[in-house]
Amino acid sequence: MAEKTIFCKPEAMSSNHTHYCPGCTHGVAHRLVAEVLDELGMRERTIGVAPVGCSVLCYNYFNCDFLEAAHGRAPAFATGMKRVAPEKIVFAYQGDGDLASIGGNEILHAANRGEKITVIFVNNAIYGMTGGQMAPTTLPGQVTTTSPTGRDVELAGWPIRVRELLSTLRTPAYIARGSVHSPQWAIKTKAMIRKAFQYQDKNTCFSMVEILSTCPTNWGMTPTDSTKWLKENMIPYYPLGELKSPEGADENFERMTGVAK
Amino acid sequence: MAKKLMKGNEAIGEAAIRAGADRYFAYPITPQTEVAEYLARRLPEVGGVFVQAESELGASNMIFGAASSGKRVFTSSSSPGISLMSEALSYITSAELPCVFINVCRAGPGLGGILPSQGDYFQATRASGHGDFRLIVLAPSTVQEAVEHMMVAFDLADKYRNPVMIFADGLIGQMMEPVDFDAVETGTPADHSSWAATGANGREKHIIKTLYLNPADNEAHNHHLAEKYATITKHEQKHEMYGGLGKPELIITAFGTAARVCKTAIDVLNGEGVDIALFRPISLYPFPAVAIDELSRKAHVKQFLSVEMNNGQMIEDVRLYTNNRKPISFFGRQGGIVPSPEEVIDAIRNLLPKKATAAAKKPAAKKTATKKPAAKKK
Ligand SMILES: Cc1ncc(C[n+]2csc(CCOP(=O)(O)OP(=O)(O)O)c2C)c(N)n1
Ligand code: SF4
Ligand SMILES: [Mg+2]
Repeated sequence: MAEKTIFCKPEAMSSNHTHYCPGCTHGVAHRLVAEVLDELGMRERTIGVAPVGCSVLCYNYFNCDFLEAAHGRAPAFATGMKRVAPEKIVFAYQGDGDLASIGGNEILHAANRGEKITVIFVNNAIYGMTGGQMAPTTLPGQVTTTSPTGRDVELAGWPIRVRELLSTLRTPAYIARGSVHSPQWAIKTKAMIRKAFQYQDKNTCFSMVEILSTCPTNWGMTPTDSTKWLKENMIPYYPLGELKSPEGADENFERMTGVAK
Repeated sequence: MAKKLMKGNEAIGEAAIRAGADRYFAYPITPQTEVAEYLARRLPEVGGVFVQAESELGASNMIFGAASSGKRVFTSSSSPGISLMSEALSYITSAELPCVFINVCRAGPGLGGILPSQGDYFQATRASGHGDFRLIVLAPSTVQEAVEHMMVAFDLADKYRNPVMIFADGLIGQMMEPVDFDAVETGTPADHSSWAATGANGREKHIIKTLYLNPADNEAHNHHLAEKYATITKHEQKHEMYGGLGKPELIITAFGTAARVCKTAIDVLNGEGVDIALFRPISLYPFPAVAIDELSRKAHVKQFLSVEMNNGQMIEDVRLYTNNRKPISFFGRQGGIVPSPEEVIDAIRNLLPKKATAAAKKPAAKKTATKKPAAKKK
C-alpha cells in the first residue's frame, strides 16, 4: 500500500533544530506562522523581520527571506520594506520586551499609519533572552530578576495590554489575541494568523496577532506547569479573542471612545 | 539645462530624485525640514514614496528595512536627529546596505540652536553609534556641490554597500543659489539581486543580519569591513586646493561653509601679496590624507590654520595626517555663528610674521579696493 503523508514540516520552515529551551512555545508560534504561509502560498514573496529577543535567530528556522531588526524597531523596519515593496508580504515577529517596551513607539505608529504589515507578537510576560527581567507585560506580583519581590504596580505600573491599547486607534486594523497553551487554542490562533495575513494580502489594513506564550526557563517552572500558569494567570488579565477588525472599525471606535463617527 | 534658483534643502531633495532615489523616510527638524516638505510634494508626482516617520529612530530603521530591498533610499535630518539615527547607522553599516543620510548640521550640544554649525564632525567621521564602523562622508560648500554630492552618493553607496552621509550645514540648507542638475551624471543603480530581500522565489532565502554570536565569525566580519574601509580610504579621498601665489607659507584647512568664508579671506590676502592657500577636504571620511601629507612636507609650507564652525574637531585629523610636521593653529566660531572673512583675516595676520603682512598690506590694500584679486583654482 502506498504511504500517504499525513503530517510534515511546512515548506516555510527549515529543518534546523531550534535553540529554544524545552517546552518554550516560541517554536509553536513559528510553526503556526509557517503553516499559514504555506497554505496561503505566500512563502516565496514573504519577507520576515526578526526581533531582538529569544527569537532573534528565527530566520534560521523560517524558510523565507528574513531581516534582523534592531531591538524594538521591527515595525519601522517592516514599514520601510513594505513601502518600497508593497507587492511583498512583510511580517514582523516580536517579543513583549521588544514590542511593548523599547519598541512601544514604533508599533504604535506603524499601527496608526495603518501599515499593511502583519505583526506576530509573542507575549511571555518576561524578557526571556536576557535572563528573566520584568517586562511591561509582567503580571502584578510576578517574580522576575528585576522584580524579586513580585511586580509592584505602585512602582512599575500595571501590565500593558497591547491588543487593547492598539485597538483604541481610529485607523482600521485587525487585532486579536490568541494563545498556544492548548491544542484547541493553537488551532484558533492559527486561524487568527491566517486572517491577519489575508488582510495584508488584500491590502486592507495593519494586522497584529498577540500570542500568549510560555517561558518555562525564566518562569522557573516545568513546561506543563507553565501552560497551566499561563491559563490561570495570563488569560484572566489578557482575555483571548479578536478585539478589532477592519469591518467593524467605526462601531469599534464608538464603543471605545463614546464618540460617534 | 539652464540653471535654476533653489534653496539648498530643496535642491538636495530634487537631486536625490534625479539620482533615481524616490523613496524617502524622515522626521521634521530645523534646519532641514524643507527637504521633507519638498519631497512630500514632489515624490507623489514621480510615483515615489514619502513616509513621515514617528521619530528619527523610526525613520532610520525604516531606511534599514527599505535598503534591504536593494532600492535607492535616503533620509535627512539635523544633529539631534542624527544622534537618534546612530543606532540604525551602526546596524546598516554592519548589514552592508547602500543608502544615503543627510545631516544639515546645526549647533549643539544638546538642543543647542538651529543655526549652522560643523559641530558634528566627530559624529560623522568617527562611528557615531556602537562598534567599529565608518560612513563615507561628503561635505559640500555650495548648493551646487550639495546637488552633485547627492548624485554621486548613491553610486558610492551602491559600490561599497555602505551608507554615505552628506554633511551639510544650516547655511547650505537654507541658502538660495543657482543649480544645474545636469552638471553631474548619476550611474544606474547597481544590481543587488544576489543579496537583496525580494522574496525567496525560486532561489535560496536571503538573510540580512548583524548578529554574529561566534566571536571568530564576528572577527572575520569585522576584518571584512576593515578591508572595505581600507579600499574606500585608498580610492575615495577628495579635496580642493584654492588660492595661493605659488609658495604658500600658511595653509588654511576648512570644509563646507567655513571653507567658503576662508576663500573670501584668501582672495583678499592674496590680493595683498600674502601667500596663503586653502586646503578643503571634500571627503571628510576618508580624510584626504595623502594630499595633506604631501603638502605638509613642502618646505615653503610653514604652518597650518584650521578654521571650523566648532571647538576644533577636524584639526585632530589635520594633526594626524600631517604628522605634526608643522605648527597647527585653530580659529573657530561656535553656537551657530558663521565666522566673517574679516575675523579669519585677523586670525591669519596674527599668525604671520608682522613684517611680512605689514609690508604686503600697504601697497595691496589699494588694489583690493579697486580690483577683485584673481584667485587661482587648481
Ligand atoms: C538597545 C538594546 N537594549 C537592550 C538589549 C538587550 N536585550 C536583548 S533581548 C532583550 C529583551 C527581549 O525580551 P522579549 O522581547 O520579551 O523577547 P523574549 O526573549 O522574551 O522572547 C533585551 C533587553 C539590546 N539587544 N539592545
Ligand atoms: S528563555 Fe524563555 S523564551 Fe527564551 S527560549 Fe527559553 S523558554 Fe523560550
Ligand atoms: Mg518576552
